[in-house]
Amino acid sequence: MAEQSPKSTKGLQAGWWPPSLPHKGGAAPAPAVSAPAPPAAAAAPTGQAPKSASGQMSKSSGGQSPKASGGQSPKSSGGQLPKASAGQASKASAGAPAAAAAVAVTPAAKASAPAPKAPAAPKPAPPAQVLTKEMRDAVGRKIVADYPPAGSMSRRAFISWCGVAWTTFAAASAAGGAICARFMFPNVLFEPPMSFKAGPPSEFSSIGMVYEHFKAQFGVWMVRDEKSIFALSTVCTHLGCTPNWLAAELKFKCPCHGSGFYKTGINFEGPAPRPLERYRIVLADDGQILVDKSKKYQWEMGQWTDPESFLVV
Amino acid sequence: MTAKAPMSQRIWDYITGSQIWKSIFRHPFPKTRRDRTLAVLTNVFLHLHPNLMRKSALRPKYTWCMGGISFFLFLSLTVTGLLLMFYYRPTAEYAYVDIQYLREDVPLGIMREMHRWGAHAMVITVWLHMMRVFLTGSYKPPREFNWGVGVILLVLTLLLSFTGYLLPWDQLAMWAITVGSNMARATPLLGHEGPGAALIKLGDIQLIHSGSDARFGLLAGRFVGAPALLRFYVLHCVALPLVAGVLMAVHFWRVRKDGGISGPL
Repeated sequence: MAEQSPKSTKGLQAGWWPPSLPHKGGAAPAPAVSAPAPPAAAAAPTGQAPKSASGQMSKSSGGQSPKASGGQSPKSSGGQLPKASAGQASKASAGAPAAAAAVAVTPAAKASAPAPKAPAAPKPAPPAQVLTKEMRDAVGRKIVADYPPAGSMSRRAFISWCGVAWTTFAAASAAGGAICARFMFPNVLFEPPMSFKAGPPSEFSSIGMVYEHFKAQFGVWMVRDEKSIFALSTVCTHLGCTPNWLAAELKFKCPCHGSGFYKTGINFEGPAPRPLERYRIVLADDGQILVDKSKKYQWEMGQWTDPESFLVV
Repeated sequence: MTAKAPMSQRIWDYITGSQIWKSIFRHPFPKTRRDRTLAVLTNVFLHLHPNLMRKSALRPKYTWCMGGISFFLFLSLTVTGLLLMFYYRPTAEYAYVDIQYLREDVPLGIMREMHRWGAHAMVITVWLHMMRVFLTGSYKPPREFNWGVGVILLVLTLLLSFTGYLLPWDQLAMWAITVGSNMARATPLLGHEGPGAALIKLGDIQLIHSGSDARFGLLAGRFVGAPALLRFYVLHCVALPLVAGVLMAVHFWRVRKDGGISGPL
């Protein structure tokens, strides 16, 4: 097998690109064998095989049974011999056509070896049809040597071709995944806007009052203290429920887990870990209060001193 | 078939000799060990069950039957859930009314309760199953892969329970999901309050904010609203059961391939 491998790779390099090419000529594995090997007897195409085979056979079996084997064998052994000889031929084409002819004889000789006994029997044909181990091996060697068929893709080319295919597939999958992910993020929301106008400051004039007008729609309490107005978030800092303003007890009380907050938003009871958040509050050009929920101010981060976290009145 | 045979025998022979019968049952009545094995192996339902089993695996005290009960509950939840889908409309306008309707006016209002209690029970049995697997050391090689699959199935069970919780669309549902989905704010990198989210930006523009983070993707909004209801409905009825079903097939297959229901290997 060792001496056959260079031949096989040589045949493969012939034209591996594009991969569809080798099949264009309808080159099935078997006929492809005959292509590189012109030596006369050995690599004869199937059409001529019976003759050459029988020619060699008569040579090897000599004058012992010219009638018997000559009459039967061209068809019967002819069907098997060309395979065997062709199998050897592929090996032989590497450099020794003369030797190939000699080698090609041996299976034939062995195949017809039982023939000398045949003339005595009335039906001499069957022994010639028996596939000997050598013949089977020869066929096997031929298949191995010629695989993959000449002109087809090499292993390396195939694997790199797979690499391209997998890369394309992975890229397409990633793009598909990204599209699906993007699909889940709508462009237009049917939610209240993040900022709203709350009316002029004069509407929030009573000191110490918690105005709840905007709680339902915007989630904001407007709280008026001595000097300013600030916009308090209605989201409990424990787990995100909405507390209630209990005017009689002067505190925000969360119904979920009992967190309590002073009017300023500072937490004093329950599991809430930090005060309520405040939103950006400024005066708009038209004199109305503008509350912007996209910017928030957290007490624990020292942001309540920010000039936009409250509105001086 | 002789004429002397009694009528019942002849009818039986006719049925069992018919092509329909033979195409379903490929083997004669399993009287021998070999035929019994073949009968199991050639039946899609029976082949889920091993034809050989360890004695210890049949002891309820060993497995508590928790895996099997979890699967049974999953099947029963699939059936009852499918029935509920004939009446329930996942919109903010109708969801609550439809649940009321299912409980009060639809025949066999217990269907909705079976789904609800079955769901609670499944969460419990899955946990107990996991506990049993842990206590018996059944997570050890060669079953470590299946333990991993099981952990994912546990998470899927919890997610199914979580997404189903919103569908009644009452105050409890609303606030439970509000609270629960707030955890997604703290997702690393992908939650706008999570670690590393501030790093993801293009120049001065923050890419991860309350309108683009993981919670937003889950709720389709900044708070629990009608889009969240629909999204949870689809997750609850289609996406999660599908994934869970595939993983369950893998899970059961691996149980067989890793040496059967747990026992000394």
